[in-house]
Amino acid sequence: MQSTAFDFENNAHKALDDAELRQAMARVATNFTGGRAAAAARLPEFEALRDRAVEIKNHTIANLDHYLALFERNVEKRGGKVHWCATPREARETILSLCRQVGARTVTKGKSMIAEEIALNPFLAENGVEPIETDLGEYIIQLADEPPSHIIGPAVHKTKRQVADLFHEHHRKYGKEKILTEGGDMVAEAREILRQKFLDADVGITGANFLVAETGSTIIVTNEGNGDLTQTLPQMHIVISAIDKVVPNLEDVSTILRVLARSATGQEMSVYTTFSTGPRRDGDLDGPGQFHVVLLDNGRSGLLGTEKQDLLRCIRCGACMNHCPVYHAVGGHAYGWVYPGPIGAAIDPVFLGLEEARHLPQASTFCGKCEQVCPMRIPLPKIMRHWREESFERRVTPVVPRTLMEAWAFVARHPRLYGLGARLAARILKALGRDGKIVSLPLGSGWTDGRDFPAPEGRTFQEMWSARRGARS
Amino acid sequence: MTARDRLFANLGRALAMAPGRVSPAEAAARLDRRTPNLIPDRAQGSGEELVERFVQWAERVQATTARVATLADVPAAAADFLNRHNLPQRLRLAPHPLIEGLDWSSRPLIEVASGRAEAHDLSSLALAFAGIAETGTLMLHSGPQTPTTLNFLPDNHIVLLPARAIAGSYEAAWARLRAAFGDDWPRTVNLVTGPSRTADIEQELILGAHGPRRLHIIIVDDDARQEG
Repeated sequence: MQSTAFDFENNAHKALDDAELRQAMARVATNFTGGRAAAAARLPEFEALRDRAVEIKNHTIANLDHYLALFERNVEKRGGKVHWCATPREARETILSLCRQVGARTVTKGKSMIAEEIALNPFLAENGVEPIETDLGEYIIQLADEPPSHIIGPAVHKTKRQVADLFHEHHRKYGKEKILTEGGDMVAEAREILRQKFLDADVGITGANFLVAETGSTIIVTNEGNGDLTQTLPQMHIVISAIDKVVPNLEDVSTILRVLARSATGQEMSVYTTFSTGPRRDGDLDGPGQFHVVLLDNGRSGLLGTEKQDLLRCIRCGACMNHCPVYHAVGGHAYGWVYPGPIGAAIDPVFLGLEEARHLPQASTFCGKCEQVCPMRIPLPKIMRHWREESFERRVTPVVPRTLMEAWAFVARHPRLYGLGARLAARILKALGRDGKIVSLPLGSGWTDGRDFPAPEGRTFQEMWSARRGARS
Repeated sequence: MTARDRLFANLGRALAMAPGRVSPAEAAARLDRRTPNLIPDRAQGSGEELVERFVQWAERVQATTARVATLADVPAAAADFLNRHNLPQRLRLAPHPLIEGLDWSSRPLIEVASGRAEAHDLSSLALAFAGIAETGTLMLHSGPQTPTTLNFLPDNHIVLLPARAIAGSYEAAWARLRAAFGDDWPRTVNLVTGPSRTADIEQELILGAHGPRRLHIIIVDDDARQEG
């Protein structure tokens, strides 16, 4: 997708004025957080499982070349093929040429964030292959021609009425004239329309939550069953995934699965966890005749050995955004690119460059909730702080804030100057106050437009401290 | 140099001195040990205890269950399910000897056919390889006798699960699958926990998004086949 991350400030302001978005985001803030807390409480070993999951991924990342090569060997042993792609462009072209091999006219798609990362849909459409999203949330935003606003609930920003209007507009061509009001009727209508698409598709494209080196399997974790119809019915199954998804064996993935759904939706286990290994076997009555795994790097390998390497542990559960006060306030679209929320703030600069995405690591209060709930214990605030430092040092931060920060740093390193400045500020602010409150503050309207600023009482802490010490001795 | 060569060259360079780096032999040994990492208490236990826990968790996620003594009781249990939901008396059966060998003569109204599922099939009867008690999860795999379409195309997914196939943990079920298949791994392994659902419209839980609207599990205590 086309990034608007550079325009985060404007995006966020617009989002804050959107009443329907506010309503939708309030649901995220309560439902997902409550669900995760309850699921974690039901499993006494939850915290210990998180620790083991972190160990597994750390071990895998330290030996990534070994496990990727083993994964490839096992895919090929079972008749599949792995395609290595350094860039989004290579991945798009690989997928298109696979589609052309079977003369594909339509492809059904299961939910995949990597497909968003490489902007696959517009590319296929431009080249005469119609992509059809089949996850209900992805289907809704495809009709709306919008990007996802959440990594596991792509249409979480849409209200039921908006969905009803979209279906009314786009389903007329199938003879569906009624404006629906019940969620159940909307699901049934989409089910009926998409069922035919599943049956007609030439190729099915899914993502992968994990790749298992031991068996050469790709795994999808879903609730709807759309990913399974996507990969079982057409003659070719293409998996689009990335090099950081590999885990050593089935024991390892079982451990991680125990924290995935609980962190994401609060489910004990998602409904369908599907392991796909090669094409259909001789004698099988169904399943795809061809199995291809397209593995993307797109800068991930460059994170190895850096202070941001921990990002490679991410399993894309969405817990960080579900618990983020900034995400709750502005929603996913404001971030302007594929991955929103704290994980996006930490990882989007890897893909977009810091020049484009410099606002995102600033979009945090550092409350620390994201790190607290991350099943993989990724130190997201620390990584955002690294980006902020880099932004300053590489002069990506514009000159005014950079100069102010330099001035602040100078003052903070000179105690006498700091004391003088603080004494002056305390007195000026006291003079500006009425009844202990400041209603309007020059250069501080961002604060005072929304609420009063408490006026200081006129002396600094250091003054009071030395006065008290003087009184004692 | 291909993209693959470049990637592996980069990885080799970046990881040469990485903390936690092990030799290929050590990594292979870790893999072969297949040591479970941490099995929750909830997945421990045996026999009847696990069957009950399986039922409890499966029903929590809107699956329904029935428990019968022998294979001879399965047709009646399947018919009860169809009747209860006022469904047409037609079933697509897994072409597996255990399922095809069921005696439907006590239920002459039920029309049965074996094979993969087709678009018009409303109900299927499939065979689970294992049950997993810790989350009420079924393990099914693809194969000539167990086509995957039976698990996804029909609106009503009826699954026969032998009681002795219920394991405590995912790891225990994997061990059984490895023992059964060795290197001849099936194309698809499905872990199924309840019927299909979505919460994509205002986070309201709605069953039957794309896969089955109903999942009914018939647990058979004694799955020995009667001769004659």
